[in-house]
Amino acid sequence: MMTRLLLDLPFFTVVLLVVIGLGAMVLKRNLIKILMGLSILESAVNLFLVAIGYRQDGVAPIFTNVPSLHMVLPTVQALTLTSIVIGVATSAMMLSFAMILYKKYGTVDARDIRKLKG
Amino acid sequence: MKMTKIVRTTADVFYPFCLAFGLYVVMHGHLTPGGGFQGGAVMATGAALLIVARSYEDITGRLRKGVLKVCEATGLMLFLLAGLSGLLKGLPFMANWLTQTGGWVGKVMEFGPNGGELATGGLIPLLNVGVGIEVLGGLSIILLYMISGTKEKKP
Amino acid sequence: MSTMIMRHLPALLIATPLFAAFLMPLVGAAGRWVRTAWVFLGAALTATVGLLLAWQVFTTGPVLYVFGAGDPTQTLPGDAAFPIRIMFAVDALSALMIVIASCSSLAITLYSLNAEARQSGLETFYAMLFLLVTGVLGMVATGDLFNFFVFLEISSLAGAALVAYRIDEGVAVEAGLKYALLSTVGALAVLIAIGILFAQYNALNIAALASRLQFTVLDKVALVLLVVPLAMKCGAVPMHFWTPDSYTTAPSSVTAFLVVSSQASLYGLFRILYTLYGSLLSWATFGWFLIILGVLSMFIGVTMAIPQKDVKRLMAYHAVSQTGYMLLGVGVGLAVLGNRAALEEFGKTAMAGGLFHIFNHAMYKGLLFLTAGAVFYRTGTRNLNKLGGLGHTMPWTMVFFMIGALAIAGVPPFNGFASKLLIYESVFRFSPFLAVVAMVVSILTLASFVKVFHSMFLGARRAEYAAAREVPAAMWVGMALLAVVVMAAGLVPRPFIDHLITPAVNALCDRAGYIATIFGG
Repeated sequence: MMTRLLLDLPFFTVVLLVVIGLGAMVLKRNLIKILMGLSILESAVNLFLVAIGYRQDGVAPIFTNVPSLHMVLPTVQALTLTSIVIGVATSAMMLSFAMILYKKYGTVDARDIRKLKG
Repeated sequence: MKMTKIVRTTADVFYPFCLAFGLYVVMHGHLTPGGGFQGGAVMATGAALLIVARSYEDITGRLRKGVLKVCEATGLMLFLLAGLSGLLKGLPFMANWLTQTGGWVGKVMEFGPNGGELATGGLIPLLNVGVGIEVLGGLSIILLYMISGTKEKKP
Repeated sequence: MSTMIMRHLPALLIATPLFAAFLMPLVGAAGRWVRTAWVFLGAALTATVGLLLAWQVFTTGPVLYVFGAGDPTQTLPGDAAFPIRIMFAVDALSALMIVIASCSSLAITLYSLNAEARQSGLETFYAMLFLLVTGVLGMVATGDLFNFFVFLEISSLAGAALVAYRIDEGVAVEAGLKYALLSTVGALAVLIAIGILFAQYNALNIAALASRLQFTVLDKVALVLLVVPLAMKCGAVPMHFWTPDSYTTAPSSVTAFLVVSSQASLYGLFRILYTLYGSLLSWATFGWFLIILGVLSMFIGVTMAIPQKDVKRLMAYHAVSQTGYMLLGVGVGLAVLGNRAALEEFGKTAMAGGLFHIFNHAMYKGLLFLTAGAVFYRTGTRNLNKLGGLGHTMPWTMVFFMIGALAIAGVPPFNGFASKLLIYESVFRFSPFLAVVAMVVSILTLASFVKVFHSMFLGARRAEYAAAREVPAAMWVGMALLAVVVMAAGLVPRPFIDHLITPAVNALCDRAGYIATIFGG
């Protein structure tokens, strides 16, 4: 029972992080905080991907001085890395958008940045 | 914003070490955790260190956007050309035709644990190097653009 | 040499635009003419590779390409029981989308050579445009769900950067941020769905997943997480709110390609519903889901379009409305997919109408956005109340606009009529009410475009636009290219339907055939 719970712990964390991330994106008005929410959401997804790749007694597929050849298939790890790289690009781009908006409008409050309507 | 001389000197001293460690991570990407992106990111940390320690005007002399852009394009080209090189051998895109051939990246190895032989992996170290150069250029440019946004007004 | 190229077309499809994009910073330093030549070469080569690949698919059947394998068709490495390699599986439906993307990317790039020449930072602009093309081509060609996510992100990021390209307008950055934020949240939902599917079935390949899917509760969660973001990305009501903002503020050439990019999401939606889940779904439920999305999009899109003052915003709402037709046509096909008699009787016609409309829409909507861009290029405004009398000075632009407007309104003999007729007559057999809604929306579309035509081109010459002239040559050629396709698909729709659309419809219905392509069955 206890081990089961321990194995499921990452998934509870994922749910918690998704809630925090989405909550920050919906409730906060500061653009930077919204982007932080998005980053938390990204971390949640990455944690989820890594967590589903866990196999008991498996070792990482790194052949350097490896103790056993009972290895896991590192597909999810590859997915996570790809997702992290994409996340870096997204965050960088959106933060620079936020910077430009701050320069143009003098604020990062999402309520004031609403020129587009209709 | 300029930091004190102590900070600036420390940053200067640490910069080559950052680059060297990044290069290590890139070169060992096919053996240990890490690889092109991670190593490139470590190298870009060196650039970040310099940027934090100095003012924007100071830094543009050492980190030139033009050079970094060339880095970015070269890295990507290296990656793409390495991928396309298989086509000349009649193999698909990204086929690892260099491994187990006995060349300088294709030392013949037996399947199983190894003691960290660097000259293995075939095409993969080349791809890692390409990605490493690209990420170094790309992330440094991003950092430079971001810091240029915080440029202080002349009094 | 030529056999080698034909053998590796799917890889070249991605490598060519990437090559063009990556070398752009270096080429840009060599001067304006070198850059222009490079852009033209890149676009022409990409379009050539795309059309060659499509031709190969239509003549010899689905093309399979496995990256990094010993042989491009070797799907199962060694003694593995499931495909773990990245592969491209290009069937007739993908080929149709590749044809669309190739044609419009060529026309749009030509157009932008003149249209954007006055802007700065053009290396980045073209690098991003080529990345957007790569993303779209990758999305429609890949046979791997995770790869689909990666290309979706590439197209979203490049798209957002291009929407915000005119950073001196604050609204452009605002729209870019909105687009990037929504796309990223959507893509993360897609990624969670991919994780859920991978955790259960140890596969990322669409065909491998399709052959193993059990339709557990988790699969249903994954389905929702896949369908909702893709419906949002294709701009279906009620998740259309990003479309008008992004389409309005992006440079016109980019807008015309964003239309294609949202259609690639539509392709993803169809691929997931038909091929990945296929027979496991309750046909009627999901068919009606698409139909309701379609009808809502059609109706709300057109009613929102009518009062708009900004010509590009108006066209953006029409794009939402036209997406509704595609969803309606393909949705009717999905609703009767289990009923063989009904499928043969009218279901396939409805799907053909929907898919043909995707093709037609990309062409005429691209053309319309390009004409709006041409007017903006010469007058500097998009406000319909300020424009007028341009027919005297920009006659060719007027002709192109007329062709596009009549096509979108479904007036014969333009291509919009051909696909809408297929939709009307088949949907009428399914539910007369829906057909009537579709026709009413068409009439409203016509009314709206008559108004636009009147306020932009008709009337007396205006003093403030006396300097407005016909557009430069490359813009003219770009628009003419699309106009010729619009005319051709309207005057002789039969070859288009027989050689492009019908194979695509059959590929979409044939789930077992798709799986067999991968497993060599």
